[in-house]
Amino acid sequence: MTLAIRRKRVGSLGPGAATALAGDRLTIDIDALQAFVAGRDERIEAVHVHIAAPGESVRILCAKDVIEPRVKLAGDSPGEGTTLILDGVAVVTTGPIVGFQEGVIDMTGPGADYSPFSSLGLVVIEIEVRAGTPPHEHEAAVRAAGLDAAGHIAAQCADVVPDRTDDLAWNETDVDAALPRVAYVDMLLSQGLLHDTYVLGRSAIEGLPRSLDPRVAIDGGIVSGNCVSACDKTTTWHHQNNPVITRLLDGHGKRWNFVGLVLTNVPTRLAEKQRSAERAVALVRELAPAGALVSKEGFGNPDADLMMLLRGLESAGIRTVAITDEYAGPDGDSQSLADTAPEADALISVGNANAKLRLPPMDRVIGPLPDVARLAGGYPHSLGDDGSLEVELQAIVGATNQLGFSSLSCREI
Amino acid sequence: MATGRIRVVHYLNQFFAGVGGEEAAGMKPEWRPGAQGPGRLIESSSDALEIVGTLVAGDNYMAERLSDGVAQALALIGEHAAEGSPLAPDLLIAGPAFNAGRYGLACAALCQAFERSLDKPAVTALYPEAPAVAGYRREVMIVRAADSVLGMNDAIAALVSVGLKRVRGAPVSAATDPIISRGIRQNYFAEAPGAERALEMLLDKLAGEAYETEYAMPEFDRVAPAPPVRNLAEATVAVVTSGGIVPRGNPDHIEAASASRYGEYSIEGLDRLTPESHQSVHGGYDPTYANADPNRVMPLDVLRELEREGRIGRLHDRYFATVGNATPVERAVRFGEEIAAMLVNVGVHAVICTST
Repeated sequence: MTLAIRRKRVGSLGPGAATALAGDRLTIDIDALQAFVAGRDERIEAVHVHIAAPGESVRILCAKDVIEPRVKLAGDSPGEGTTLILDGVAVVTTGPIVGFQEGVIDMTGPGADYSPFSSLGLVVIEIEVRAGTPPHEHEAAVRAAGLDAAGHIAAQCADVVPDRTDDLAWNETDVDAALPRVAYVDMLLSQGLLHDTYVLGRSAIEGLPRSLDPRVAIDGGIVSGNCVSACDKTTTWHHQNNPVITRLLDGHGKRWNFVGLVLTNVPTRLAEKQRSAERAVALVRELAPAGALVSKEGFGNPDADLMMLLRGLESAGIRTVAITDEYAGPDGDSQSLADTAPEADALISVGNANAKLRLPPMDRVIGPLPDVARLAGGYPHSLGDDGSLEVELQAIVGATNQLGFSSLSCREI
Repeated sequence: MATGRIRVVHYLNQFFAGVGGEEAAGMKPEWRPGAQGPGRLIESSSDALEIVGTLVAGDNYMAERLSDGVAQALALIGEHAAEGSPLAPDLLIAGPAFNAGRYGLACAALCQAFERSLDKPAVTALYPEAPAVAGYRREVMIVRAADSVLGMNDAIAALVSVGLKRVRGAPVSAATDPIISRGIRQNYFAEAPGAERALEMLLDKLAGEAYETEYAMPEFDRVAPAPPVRNLAEATVAVVTSGGIVPRGNPDHIEAASASRYGEYSIEGLDRLTPESHQSVHGGYDPTYANADPNRVMPLDVLRELEREGRIGRLHDRYFATVGNATPVERAVRFGEEIAAMLVNVGVHAVICTST
């Protein structure tokens, strides 16, 4: 199996008469995109498309998912054929709140330092569903709309000349035997409404743990339906750009032998957690690695799943490093994790999600303002009279992504 | 005296100020212009600062009436180096007090009070196991000192470097500076993304090389289970939930995550909760099913049955609710202690805690 990735860098983004790329400027035909999104799902009542550029005084509220525009130029399964990626832009879905876990993206100011999406050109799809649509249907409609909109935009640019093409090779047999064998365990949240992830179209509640070709994982094989606290949900964009997988593939055969990816879920019941951890450890052992990197999604009860995995792997003689965020309280003086294990002796911290931040008012606000106080990481007094926001980092999309995409960390002072 | 240097007030006990030993330990705080004793070492170690005055007090005087003594010392600063005056300090340096008990306590307490009242930085130097450290490390910046005066030069260097950094607003952390960790987790931007740091750490761990975890495991406390309720049929039972079930409208504005409060709600005369009367405000689980039937999380319906059947004596007519979602442990412990005290006060014998 081979996967060719073609990348085209988009330098600027704006509305235009057609959705098309000219040079490195991407224009969006707003009316056509609205009609496309509204016309493909009868649950959708209204669609508003907005453009937000890096550095602009714009705040996006109740962002649900972020998707990188991509289209298959050849082949139609994830992980094979040719994929065109529009670099530097993303689709963001928003609209009235479904649960509590949607988040904030600021395109400028202090909040912009914390979200990887603040530096991308964003096509924001604001969706209202018909009155009476049940919450699960609401989530499903928005998820599908975001994916289709991103695919639609990329498809209009299918004939561009890419800036670079990479063949993603991954062959563990021709690798220097002296290189350390390294596996990767990717924990996917899978707990019901707004806490689900989809692997090859199926909910991660079923069919996991499993092994998966890492190229499938980053080529659309994993989709987020998951809006657990905005800071540490793994958006679809993060799955598409999984920094652990891209680095492991990059250094494969040079610095290590990347022996494989195991996906595991994060169920809600204790017995299921134990069963998933045991099966995931067994799958990792089949890959015979010396070490394994484990990434997490969510917090609280997933900390218990993480500790079970680390205990199981270390006791099987597989050395581990795990990536986690912290909930150390606004003052940083509380315990950071809900569970611990002595085996968890090599953790990477991607930041304290409880840290508070004041976000100054923005000239333009996209999304439902009154819902701010209900976001996880928001407070009843979050919205200041001047339009400023006081939130925990929790509320900022991608701020403490536990795939380790960003550079934020936390230390004891 | 507009030298452009950072102005320091220095605190010393009677011994280091050269007043005397134990016989002078009862002296009240006094103000001495300029540097005294170790203060001269501080001044000579850096051109960037000058000591505008030295507070001197006796160990016993301070230890026996700490808050009074500290207030007197602050009053002396107000008298001799008031805000806006040419001597107004930018920084307080106290000690070094090494492993001294009384002296260390006075240094730490004065630093705390100085920062609180003047909103300017203060720094002291103590041996990590000195008695004052445990109680003050959270709030007071303490640089590491040896356990005796033999470590004077190192302690002075640390006081000056950390003190100057704080005045200049530069970040200070246990990772990069010779301070005793405050036990506070603080965010910062690392040089490399988390995924890259993780891979480098894994390679080090596999190669048997030294690596440093970015979060060391804390010690969890263990709660001993309470003894069983002897006769449930005579017991008054209450419900406490961290599942976020509150009267519709969320009258106490309990947050979806990181709850800063809990609510106490009447269930007097209610046979069950309904979607019209109650709702979930919890941000950490799918609330659809709890909103459709709040008894699933706050099981009033079943408890009323048990009450009618006589299997429990009486259901307490109020319940407590909060949201257990990213709530800092220290805050949750406080909620628990407060709620338990109130329930004990009104004669509740047993509590059912429901979570999600």
